[in-house]
Amino acid sequence: MKSTEQLEQQLKRHSKAAKLEIWGKVVSFSALLLIVAVVVAIIGFVASKGLATFFTNHVSLWDFLSGKSWNPGVTDAHGKPEVGALPMIVGSFLITILSAIIATPFAIGTAVFMNEISPNKGAKILQPVTELLVGIPSVVYGFIGLSVVVPVTRTLFGGSGFGILSGTCVLFVMILPTVTSMSVDALRSVPRYYREASLALGATQWQTIYKVILRAATPGLMTAVVFGMARAFGEALAVQMVIGNAALMPGSLVDPASTLTSVLTTGIGNTVMGSLQNNALWSLALVLLLMSLIFNLIIRLIGRKGRLQ
Amino acid sequence: MFLNNDVTAKTAMLERHIVQPADPEHPTILSTEDLHVYYGKKEAIAEGDLRFASNQITALIGPSGSGKSTFLRSLNRMNDRIATVTGKIMYRGIDINQPDIDVYEMRRRVGMVFQRPNPFAKSIYDNIAFALRLRGVTDKHELDEIVETSLKQAALWNQVKDELNKSALALSGGQAQRLCIARAIAVKPDILLLDEPASALDPVSTSQLEDTLLELKQQYSIIIVTHNMQQAGRISEYTAFFNQGRVLEYDTTSHIFTNPQVQITSDYVSGNFG
Repeated sequence: MKSTEQLEQQLKRHSKAAKLEIWGKVVSFSALLLIVAVVVAIIGFVASKGLATFFTNHVSLWDFLSGKSWNPGVTDAHGKPEVGALPMIVGSFLITILSAIIATPFAIGTAVFMNEISPNKGAKILQPVTELLVGIPSVVYGFIGLSVVVPVTRTLFGGSGFGILSGTCVLFVMILPTVTSMSVDALRSVPRYYREASLALGATQWQTIYKVILRAATPGLMTAVVFGMARAFGEALAVQMVIGNAALMPGSLVDPASTLTSVLTTGIGNTVMGSLQNNALWSLALVLLLMSLIFNLIIRLIGRKGRLQ
Repeated sequence: MFLNNDVTAKTAMLERHIVQPADPEHPTILSTEDLHVYYGKKEAIAEGDLRFASNQITALIGPSGSGKSTFLRSLNRMNDRIATVTGKIMYRGIDINQPDIDVYEMRRRVGMVFQRPNPFAKSIYDNIAFALRLRGVTDKHELDEIVETSLKQAALWNQVKDELNKSALALSGGQAQRLCIARAIAVKPDILLLDEPASALDPVSTSQLEDTLLELKQQYSIIIVTHNMQQAGRISEYTAFFNQGRVLEYDTTSHIFTNPQVQITSDYVSGNFG
């Protein structure tokens, strides 16, 4: 009898390990809570400020999305403020898509070289180079763009040299390492036995890469490109230094233009909190935030589709 | 006197490691001469000299790490970028271990099936048509025909004939391995190398696979690496015993199992180690 009581006592007493377990749960849960709170707060803040343009200042959403002139301090002939964000939205998308289109073949080519053709050199030379490129601050890229790319564009195509083309060139270099290293991960996740199976069937290495490995890695490669696009879409400083910052519809790739981010960085210091000018900028920020959510959604969708295959 | 002779015979065989399949109906199709394989500086195979008979099944047995898989992978030069292989691999009188050999053309004649079933993430049909399309076969009719005969030869046709467009990844382990065999024989090779093809399969699938192999030897010369002694006994005509990178013994399977010349082979086939 006594031994049963003792055993019951031992079993019911909370040991030190059990108490630590609770502590562990509390700590990790509160970390999670903090992050969720921060994210919700940011979205809430940007949304409340950004939506104020439409609810407090009564700008119509359609005018905001389709208007072509951006000058929030000025009212037009009908007495409406000029808050047309279309030039910036177009600028952002153009520069993002163009830089992604140029960067993708280079990134995948580099990744194939690093992972398939010459893994040794890839690991010794290209990997550190790629990592270095990621680490260079964007202001440095912008500065190089300003002093090299812009003059070259000016000489080749005339005009001021500032514009979408220069922005694309700078962003291409900036997103290249991101897309490359994620493409390498995608290729690395293709099982080794796919390569063996293909080679054993008499396929050449190039046929193996082209017909088997790249096909199998497609979801991962697409994720890499979308990540690069998300980065290009959100990049502010370097773009702002080379794009010319004219809030106009770009007539050609070498006309000065602007993006959502570049207008935000140039304008945010010159407005008063609560004014229409300030709220309009928050609306741009809201568009940026929504776009990054959409990019995230796309990445998740691709990931899910890849798993289903 | 007799004893002495016996010992001399054993020593001679140990030095040469060669057994010539004596059957004139099944001439040698593939042989290795003074084959050495090195991983970096480490020697994985020393003096693997074997001759393989056509339209027969030859089993390579031996404990883990004995080099039997390395040896097999060297035969169709799958070790090219991984290891250094020296010596001759004679295929129908031509040394295929030479730099001027087109390995891709050679691998079409010396096909390989791996330990783990490795179908591509494509449809059943596309898996088999893969190598044919790479070789420029585009005629739908011709492809259909080869896909069907290959699947029939691999004894998979009846199970999948209505779902050729389904993903090959949905197949069971045994079916997937048979698909890999069908894929390998679709290009009509001479020799089929199998690297422990049944080690990931359950007993029923294994027995079906063995039946398939016995059927296939009518048309192909088969070399199979196996961990499974009974399997070697059931299906192979010849058996080579590998230990520590060397071929210790090579003879008809019945000889290896009933009358092994080397003690270590005897221990292995009777299950005392390995």
